[in-house]
Amino acid sequence: MTAMRPQDILLPVPSGLCCKAGGFHIDPVRPVERALITHGHSDHARAGHGAVLATQETLDIMRLRYGENFAGSTQAISYGEEIRLGDVTVSFHPAGHVLGSAQIKVSSGGTCIIASGDYKDARDPTCAPFELVPCDVFITEATFGLPVFRHGDAAAEVKKLLASVALFPERAHLVGAYSLGKAQRVIALIREAGYDAPIYLHGAMEKITRYYQDKGIPLGELRPVKGVKKAELAGTITLAPPSATSDLWTRRFPDPVTAFASGWMRVRARARQRGVELPLVISDHADWDGLTATIAATGAGEVWVTHGQEDALVHWCQSKGLAARPLDLVGYGDEEESEVAATEDAEA
Amino acid sequence: MNRFAELLDRLAYEPGRNNKLRLLTSYFREVEDPDRGYALAALTGALSFKHAKPALIRDLIAARADPVLFALSYDYVGDLSETVALMWPKPEPQAAGPDRAGHNNPPPPTLTEVVTTLRTLGKTELPRQLARWLDELDETGRWALLKLVTGALRIGISARLAKTAAAALGTKDPHEVELIWPGLSPPYLDLFAWLEGRGDKPVNQDPAPFRPVMLAHAIEDDDFASMNAADYIAEWKWDGIRVQAVSGREADGRVVTRLYSRSGEDITAGFPDLLPSLHLPGALDGELLVVRDRRVQSFNVLQQRLNRKAVSPKLMKDYPIHLRAYDLLGDEHGDLRELPFAERRAKLEGFIARLKDPRVDLSPTISFASWDELKAARADPASAGAGDDAEAVEGVMLKRRDALYLPGRPKGQWWKWKHDPHIIDAVLMYAQRGHGKRSSYYSDYTFGVWTSSETGDQLVPVGKAYFGFTDEELLQIDRFVRRNTTEKFGPVRHVVHEPEQGLVLEVAFEGLQRSPRHKSGVAMRFPRISRLRWDKPPRDADRLETLERMLKNETAG
Repeated sequence: MTAMRPQDILLPVPSGLCCKAGGFHIDPVRPVERALITHGHSDHARAGHGAVLATQETLDIMRLRYGENFAGSTQAISYGEEIRLGDVTVSFHPAGHVLGSAQIKVSSGGTCIIASGDYKDARDPTCAPFELVPCDVFITEATFGLPVFRHGDAAAEVKKLLASVALFPERAHLVGAYSLGKAQRVIALIREAGYDAPIYLHGAMEKITRYYQDKGIPLGELRPVKGVKKAELAGTITLAPPSATSDLWTRRFPDPVTAFASGWMRVRARARQRGVELPLVISDHADWDGLTATIAATGAGEVWVTHGQEDALVHWCQSKGLAARPLDLVGYGDEEESEVAATEDAEA
Repeated sequence: MNRFAELLDRLAYEPGRNNKLRLLTSYFREVEDPDRGYALAALTGALSFKHAKPALIRDLIAARADPVLFALSYDYVGDLSETVALMWPKPEPQAAGPDRAGHNNPPPPTLTEVVTTLRTLGKTELPRQLARWLDELDETGRWALLKLVTGALRIGISARLAKTAAAALGTKDPHEVELIWPGLSPPYLDLFAWLEGRGDKPVNQDPAPFRPVMLAHAIEDDDFASMNAADYIAEWKWDGIRVQAVSGREADGRVVTRLYSRSGEDITAGFPDLLPSLHLPGALDGELLVVRDRRVQSFNVLQQRLNRKAVSPKLMKDYPIHLRAYDLLGDEHGDLRELPFAERRAKLEGFIARLKDPRVDLSPTISFASWDELKAARADPASAGAGDDAEAVEGVMLKRRDALYLPGRPKGQWWKWKHDPHIIDAVLMYAQRGHGKRSSYYSDYTFGVWTSSETGDQLVPVGKAYFGFTDEELLQIDRFVRRNTTEKFGPVRHVVHEPEQGLVLEVAFEGLQRSPRHKSGVAMRFPRISRLRWDKPPRDADRLETLERMLKNETAG
């Protein structure tokens, strides 16, 4: 059997990555007949597809976010399980990004492509660790695809938060974090650092966080912040969607210290622009070192770069003798924007 | 270095003064000598290195990074030191022979090590040493190191704030620290020993030290009711800059003369033409002015002489500098600050007479018997004694006859009664969220006035203000902004500003200047929101021509 050309297996089209031979799209941004979803963030997992194949956790999260009828039909797949779709074989492998996140391996005729979705190679107590899968073509994100993005040790950032809580016991600490994944990881890290007081939650993240707890991830005592008196919030930590931390909503807190847990906080101008007082460099995406180490380790001879800072990463690949090109897919990387609506719904 | 870097990092983001103090004081408490002393020196601007130039830092990164990746990164980050700090490559692990085990990661340098090494390091050694430190530090540490060595901390900390934080270590009054400060030098072991109760109060050995200045409160109309005119001396308030001119003798008899800004910054180098006039030992408090053709010139003219490290003979000739004295803090016999103002004033008059120098004169007092008389004088300084200099008068000062010279802004001692500010009606154009307590409020406002263009009248921005309004008014404007946003750009909101729709703000300001940096060509001094004009439609707001007319009047003075 002759090897297929990679672009005969997967092709970028306006609705996302399309696999004609298998009759499906990966993380499509528009409704399609059959979608394979890498993870539950709203820029990757959208409602309205005919059939959805994803991990059980991703399907559960989509159901929590979009309701029972988010797709015509669903099928769960376990990590490592192989399924034949048309002329191709697919399997899902842990991406280490958030609970249930997966890289999708698509093989046909001896050629193997990994669509990695969003991933990180850093430790995360709330999801399965990233699995390195050798492949011919590696499709990588480039959210933090510049050498200035180095995320460092997340535990040290959490220590910074706790030191601030100790120094300002009369103020509330408000930690902006994406409601799926980041919030639960930050809580887990806070617990690992030995902080055992109740942690408060913005309404928009209660459901997802409870789901994490149901899945057996220990997060300690969590309380909804709604209805709690202002004075009682002194010296406490509250997790909220990033957009809420600069909103009217913050007026219920005593002299809040605004923190934001994100890889973007590595760059001062970004932190200042958002009015963040305590930037916490904690990311669920691979940093520059993570991206380049992962690309090299997959052994892929060809790299396709999707959303983020494509130019720098493509340049790096080429300087290492790898064939690389940007895929120019649109519609990814705005998980935060889609949270704005959620916030306003939850806390009108 | 890492603990210092952590402090700088946190301070750079913290907008609140009290919170900055807390962070600083807790640093001084936790960190030992001499590191904390060098930190205090860095924060007060007392350290100066042969600064590493940006070109050197560029060279360092060019030798270690792909030029395309560096260019893309610099473009994204926008700050050279920060870009280099973030993308500095991890050092190659050293060959780990059995005897080298455990030595692969040398500890990062302490702040003391950095400061003392830089002091003695030759220029050729600098790149290698910097690279070694950058290898040893983490991202934040590298950022702080590069900021420190290039002399560009810029984290919004004044020297005064850093000293106040140090004083809090021993619950001392910051003024006490200010008083002895000029005699101290890094790493301030004696200062910290005193603050922590382990040593005596350091003595200021400086023959020409700065004395922390006494400041006035702005007077309100209802303050007069409880004030007796006979208790006060009045002077003109000059529109120059407040300075302290100090002369003293070293132990060897050499005369030392210094000029300080009101915050204690040594600005002697900018005014060599004034120094010979300060030939008697003493400390004068007064206003620095430009006097040309026997007339005090406007603040705009004086600005030609400000913020210069060196001055040309031509500049000195074209902008002759002058000191108008209004207080004497010390003379050859010693400190006078514990005397009542009336007695100091008498000594000042004698001092100026003995000095007998055309460049230094006495700020005259205004005679008045009642507040009404003073009000009349304030309304017409020219006929109340200020004569030709009236245009450089920005109000009157009231000083209690029995006021001691107290540092800071003591209550009920000195008052400033400024001229009524300029007022215009402008239209709110853009709003931006504030910081700290105001981070959920749109509290920074850009406002504009009408001007003619080819397409008809349009608004042109003329300034920005973020105070002057009450808390209640802030809530009202915030609500207005949220309901009338036409576009959002990051933290900035475009607010509706049409002839019939929008919010008119009454803006008060102290003066106007030409400014090529502003689209309107004018810049305001000290603008603030004085009233919300809900009643006024935007089409009735002021026009740019009004400002230009005011500007003409200002520069004519």
